[in-house]
Parts: sequence; C-alpha cells; structure tokens
Amino acid sequence: MAVLGLYNYWVFALLLMIGLYVVISRENLVKKLIGLSIFQSAVFLLYISMDKVDGGTAPILRADAENQLYSNPLPQVLILTAIVVGIATLALGLAIAVRINEAYGTIEEDELLEMDRE
Amino acid sequence: MITLFGVFLLTLLVITTVGIVRTQNLFAAIMLMGIFSLQIAAVFFILDAADVALTEAAVGAGIATVLLLGALALLDDTERRGRRASRLAAVVVAAGTLLILYATFDYPRLGDPAAPVHQHVAPWYIAETPRLIDTPNVVTAILASFRGYDTFGEVFVIFTAGIGVLFILANGADAARRSDLPSSDVQGLRHHLVPRLVGRLLMPFLVLFGLYIQFHGDFGPGGGFQAGALISAGLILYALVEGERAALRLVPQRVLTLLTVAGALLFVGVGCACMLLGGNFLDYSALSADAVAGQHLGILLVEIGVGLTVSGVLLTIFHTFAARERA
Repeated sequence: MAVLGLYNYWVFALLLMIGLYVVISRENLVKKLIGLSIFQSAVFLLYISMDKVDGGTAPILRADAENQLYSNPLPQVLILTAIVVGIATLALGLAIAVRINEAYGTIEEDELLEMDRE
Repeated sequence: MITLFGVFLLTLLVITTVGIVRTQNLFAAIMLMGIFSLQIAAVFFILDAADVALTEAAVGAGIATVLLLGALALLDDTERRGRRASRLAAVVVAAGTLLILYATFDYPRLGDPAAPVHQHVAPWYIAETPRLIDTPNVVTAILASFRGYDTFGEVFVIFTAGIGVLFILANGADAARRSDLPSSDVQGLRHHLVPRLVGRLLMPFLVLFGLYIQFHGDFGPGGGFQAGALISAGLILYALVEGERAALRLVPQRVLTLLTVAGALLFVGVGCACMLLGGNFLDYSALSADAVAGQHLGILLVEIGVGLTVSGVLLTIFHTFAARERA
C-alpha cells in the first residue's frame, strides 16, 4: 500500500499535463476551455489529496465522539470557492467564444489568426 | 478497500480525460466532462471533503455541462484538427509530466498525519471552532467567518463574471422581454414524455434540497455556494422542460438581477454592520451581545447572501446564452 500512497499525486501530474496539452495544442476555443477545466480539476485534486488524514473523517465536529480525528478543513475551503470561481471564468470564456464566432464565423484559433493578418 | 476504490476511480478519471482529449466531437467531449466531474466528486468524497464533493457535483457536473451545451448550441459542434504540428507541445508536456512525477517522490504519503500541511494552522481551526463559532461544520466556519474576506472576494468575482457575460452577450436591457422569443409550444421538451415527467418530478425536490443545504450548512455539508448552484440547477431544469419563456415568466430577469445585487449587498451590509457596532469588517461577534450568537447570525446572513448571488448569476448566465440567436 505504500506505493499507492502517491497514486493521487501521479494522477494529478497526468491530469495537469493533459489539460495543459489540450490548451496549447488544440485550435478550437471550446476545446481549450475544456482543457483549462481539466487543468483546474487537477489542482483541485492536489489540494484535496493533501487534506486527508489516516483514520480521519470529514471535518464536521461530532459532540459524541471523543478523540475523533478530522481531515484538514483548510484546503477544502480554498477549493470549494475555487470551483465556483472556475464556473464563472468558464462562463465568461464561453461568452467571449460565442462573440468571436459571431464576428469571425469560426472559433478555430489558426483561422482567426489568419483572418487578423489579412 | 477504500484505497483500492480510490485507485480505481482515479484510473477511470485518467481514461475519461484521454477520451475528452481524443474526441473531435465537442458534444461528446462535453458529456465526458460531466462524467469527469462526477468521478472527481466521488474522489473528493472518499478523501473526506464532503462539502467540496457536493459543490463539484452540483457545479461541475450540473451547471458547467448546461453552460457548455448552451454555448455549443451557438457554435459548430465539430472540432477541426489544426494544421500546426503539436509535436513540440507533446515533448514539453511529456517532460513536464516526468518532472512532476519525479517531484512526487518527495511528497508525504496520502493520509500521513505528520505531513507539513497538518502542522500549521489547521489544528487550531479544528480545536477553536467549537469555542469561537460553535458550528459543527468547520468548513463553513472557516469559509464564512475565519476567512470571510476570501469568500467576500469570491462572491464579487462571481458577481463580476455575471456582469461580464451580460455585457458581452445580452442584447440590451430588454433582451429578456423581447416579443420574438419563440412561443413555448415549440420550445423545451414538453412533448417528450420521459424528460417532462422526470423534470417535473425532480424540479421541486432540487429546489427544496437546495434550501435545505442553504440553511443546514452550519451543521452538515453545504452552504451558500452549493445551495445557489442546486437551486439554479432546478430552475434550469424547469427552463429546459417547459421552455425559456415559461421559466422567465416564473422568475423574470429583473428578479434575477435583483437577487444578484441583493446577495452581494447583504454580504457588504453585514460587514459594515459589524464595523458600525464597533467590531472589524466581517467580525460577526459584534453583531450580538453574545459573541457566539453574533457569529451564528453573521454566518447565516452571509451564507444567504452567497446563495442569492450565486443562484442569480448562474441563472442570468444561462438565460443570456439561451436567449442568444445562432449567428
């Protein structure tokens, strides 16, 4: 089990870099935003993986349990708000993509750059 | 056993991600994103982050999918493969992955109680919350009270995003009241038996559950962010089943704007009331003669403010996308 103790972080590394790969290698703006969401989720996974304590439970205090271990609430607070901010940025990005499509008729980045150069 | 289940879920997560990257159909990619969110919510849950799991399931799997689909309705749903070679990107990303993987061997093992992150301020929050705030849910106590400033900032980020989407996409102030909206007979899914029945059955329970976690957030998982997302999910479901027009008749855009602003102002108002009563900004102890009772009142009001703003902004964004005609 000692090997699996780092598995969460390996998945974090993979998701983070897959997200980054989508952002830099795909031309489609919606696909780029999806890649950004994956990148973001990887960071969420990193933070939430750090909060776990062996034998701990969710940080909701119980009056009847003495000496109960609780997982770390702090990363959870940071990520809880980050998720909602993530949807706000996603919505704004999509709105911009829709406007770009109306102005240029495409959301493929290479075509957009070509049109701008002309 | 739980460890193995976690490994299984995380492996599924990576497989789903590869599927998202490889598909050229954006509709399929968005559906896979919904599955991705649900899987990562389950991972959060087994890592003891109940509040975060609830938020991710409501926001990531619910609202984000609807917003992406709403935008896709205005765009082409097939991605064209670019001509630009992405070999350099692949090399950079592979090198980065190896670097991070190498670094992980210095990380503390998952669940290690001696990890540095558990040594700093976290034990203080868990030990002092019963005395200072006296709400069972430490996450809510930190979110709304100890770190009220952070949450205050987040609420205004969301508020700003709502205004931003309105500026970019809304067709003037009376967009919602336009008379050329297609009549409700041709809109929505009301002619399809199964979605109509399931939608009508689910909608009241979604809103009720949203209200429950809004007011029960001090005691169990939940709070304003999750409640706002769930209530707007319920109303979006109504709009999908009954059509835009019926949804806007139920909750007009004016009301949504009012809710958004009222929520943000409620948060500011509570903060200023604390100052007027002799405390610091957002120091709820000043709200009542008994410091703990003041904290309870402050957290309740602030969470309501968060819930109002989040639901108002999310619904505004949804309606703005839905009202836009395809170019």
